[in-house]
Amino acid sequence: MELLLDSLFNGVAIGSVLLVAALGLAIVFGLMGVINLAHGELMMLGAYTTYVTQLIFKLPILKPFYNSYIIVSIFLAFIVSGVVGILLEKTIIRKLYGSPLETLLATWGVSLILQQFVRSVPLAYGTGLVISLIIGLFLPTTFPSKIKESINFKYFKFSTWIFAALTGIVTGSFISSSVSKLSRASARNVDVTAPSWMRGQVEIIGTAFPKTRLMIIVITLISVIAITLFLNQSAWGMRIRAVTQNRQMSDCLGISTEKVDIITFGIGSGLAGVAGVAVSLLGSVGPNVGGNYIVGCFMVVVLGGVGNLLGTVLASFGIGIMTDLIGAGRLLSIWPDMPLPLSNTINFFATTSMARVMIFALIVIFLQFKPTGLFPQKGRMVEN
Amino acid sequence: MSFSKIKFDKKIVLSFWIILIALIIAAPTLLPVFRLNLLGRYLSLSIVALGVDLIWGYTGLLSLGQGIFFALGGYCAAMYLQITSSSEFPNNIPEFFALYGVEKLPFFWEPFRSPIFTFFAIWVIPAMVAGLIGFLVFRNRIKGVYFSILTQASLLVFFNFFNGQQKLINGTNGLKTDVTQLFGQMVGSEYMQRIFFWITAILVIASWFFAKWVVKGRFGNILIGIRDDEPRVRFTGYNPVIFKTIIFSIAGGLAGISGALYTVQSGIVSPQFMTVPFSIEMVIWVAVGGRGTLLGAILGAVFINYAKSLVSEALPASWMFIQGGLFILVVTALPEGVLGWLQGDGPRNLLQRFGMKRKIETYPSLEINNKEGDNE
Repeated sequence: MELLLDSLFNGVAIGSVLLVAALGLAIVFGLMGVINLAHGELMMLGAYTTYVTQLIFKLPILKPFYNSYIIVSIFLAFIVSGVVGILLEKTIIRKLYGSPLETLLATWGVSLILQQFVRSVPLAYGTGLVISLIIGLFLPTTFPSKIKESINFKYFKFSTWIFAALTGIVTGSFISSSVSKLSRASARNVDVTAPSWMRGQVEIIGTAFPKTRLMIIVITLISVIAITLFLNQSAWGMRIRAVTQNRQMSDCLGISTEKVDIITFGIGSGLAGVAGVAVSLLGSVGPNVGGNYIVGCFMVVVLGGVGNLLGTVLASFGIGIMTDLIGAGRLLSIWPDMPLPLSNTINFFATTSMARVMIFALIVIFLQFKPTGLFPQKGRMVEN
Repeated sequence: MSFSKIKFDKKIVLSFWIILIALIIAAPTLLPVFRLNLLGRYLSLSIVALGVDLIWGYTGLLSLGQGIFFALGGYCAAMYLQITSSSEFPNNIPEFFALYGVEKLPFFWEPFRSPIFTFFAIWVIPAMVAGLIGFLVFRNRIKGVYFSILTQASLLVFFNFFNGQQKLINGTNGLKTDVTQLFGQMVGSEYMQRIFFWITAILVIASWFFAKWVVKGRFGNILIGIRDDEPRVRFTGYNPVIFKTIIFSIAGGLAGISGALYTVQSGIVSPQFMTVPFSIEMVIWVAVGGRGTLLGAILGAVFINYAKSLVSEALPASWMFIQGGLFILVVTALPEGVLGWLQGDGPRNLLQRFGMKRKIETYPSLEINNKEGDNE
């Protein structure tokens, strides 16, 4: 019983990282049919945001609130990755709608640039750049409508960008001068240390669970609930669902598909940032951290089917639990006296990397029966 | 008059080939050993690029997993080389086995004692693996980005498998070939490298003609049909699954040949050949050179790799930026690639922009048709 609980918990923990990472991917893929290969790098940005937030909270002025930095960093990571995502949508992806393979290649290019950017630009100035992006993109939308509709709006916009650039430079140099760890570029991995209340373990029904893992499960749970509420209860959520189901019809009915695309992409990228916070709690953060998760996320999306959150949830927990069952060789301890050839086979696959091999084989077998995933979208088109 | 329509005189074509062959023969004396070796490697990479062009440029299947077949070919060649030059090691098996306490040769190594088997294995095994993966995927009408993701996932699976199995194939260290013997000669020696260069050059030309032959005629037309409108091909009575599987395994076989040539010239085969970035790079060679133009794939592979080595020697950090920018640029600004641009309307449009040639006036209806044609 205890063993089973342990296994289940491990599986859920693996699955919840996958889920929070795949959630944004699934929404974006469901809506626009776009595979965002830079998703892993958006996660990386989220993880680095956590690191920067942690160091900034060590400054004397913020020191009393140090324990709450992880909560703050979740919101910051959402905003940072979301803004980078919106920029990506506005500059590149928008031009490539209708050609998913080209989008895939272009986003791969973006991911290379982001990786190298983190390596060769000091994090302090990276933070400054992100801050100026946030101001430049969002300040114009808060202007009163009188200014927005005036002919001179582009001059207002232009001056906002100048203001944003200045603010970015000032913040960048301030952080660079006050936090020495952020002032130099380095390709080395960095470590995020969890605040004291998150270290250690909790005991539930006689089994000890690490608190960081529980925290990740909580983050995932909140993200899933928030995104479900947003999609099902809000007006924009309804528009997003409408566009996912039938883009042309929604366009005809007056939904601004352009805005829907931006919002969806922003939210999807923001969720990647949140996933980055979760990932930063698990191990050290480096420029390649996203690459370790991205293929698993794609598997979740393929297995879960497009445009259905329940499929994504089930698929990621399924993959997580299976990974733990196979990778830790738990079937052997549950059923110790199984026939020799079977136990040899299980032993052969009882490593993390071989578990991946097995999981993929299982997914391919599954796709032979259900080619469009667990919950396919219904339709009568030739192309699906 | 566009570039492709220029008919070259037979004498010009002949003299072009003579010059090319003369260059290939003379290259080992013209270039220093290091550069010759690099050129040989890049030429062998252009064979895998030809395969990518066949499946992506002609059939519209973007595979991000060509590294699997590339590495499989490399492993086949390396296993033969290791096993034939292992006579002085304990138990007559390759040296690395002793590190992991393996005394008996794993069963799948046995057939690689035979050179004839290896000669076929280098291209048949990757082709068969590609055919199997392709058939399982295509059978379910999985296509587009789903296909790309699945190939990428299978790449990762193969990577994990080869990376983790020390006792079978030396895991992450890979198999070295440069100190092994082939027909009594050291593979890493200058003499053998020269021969490998010539073999590579000949095989590049041979596979170019082979690829041209494949896309010529009805088979090629069906491939292009699948790329442009697959349901229509199916409704016309063809089964796209068969054609896609065949072309995918042809590309796999080409990748295998390419991998074997690359391995003997770089001196090692390792799971690094199966990393995700390397396989996506193959796509960008084709994209820059011009997809759907076989020559473009060859030139793209050679030139981009050459540029990569030059830039990496001078400014190591900047290559990632350049490569990333190249991906974005070629997709947004130059979708047909350089050679495609030259063969299409590119130069004419450029001349027009500078006012060199006047635009030919046509009827408005023709204009609309042209525009629609461009969009596809």
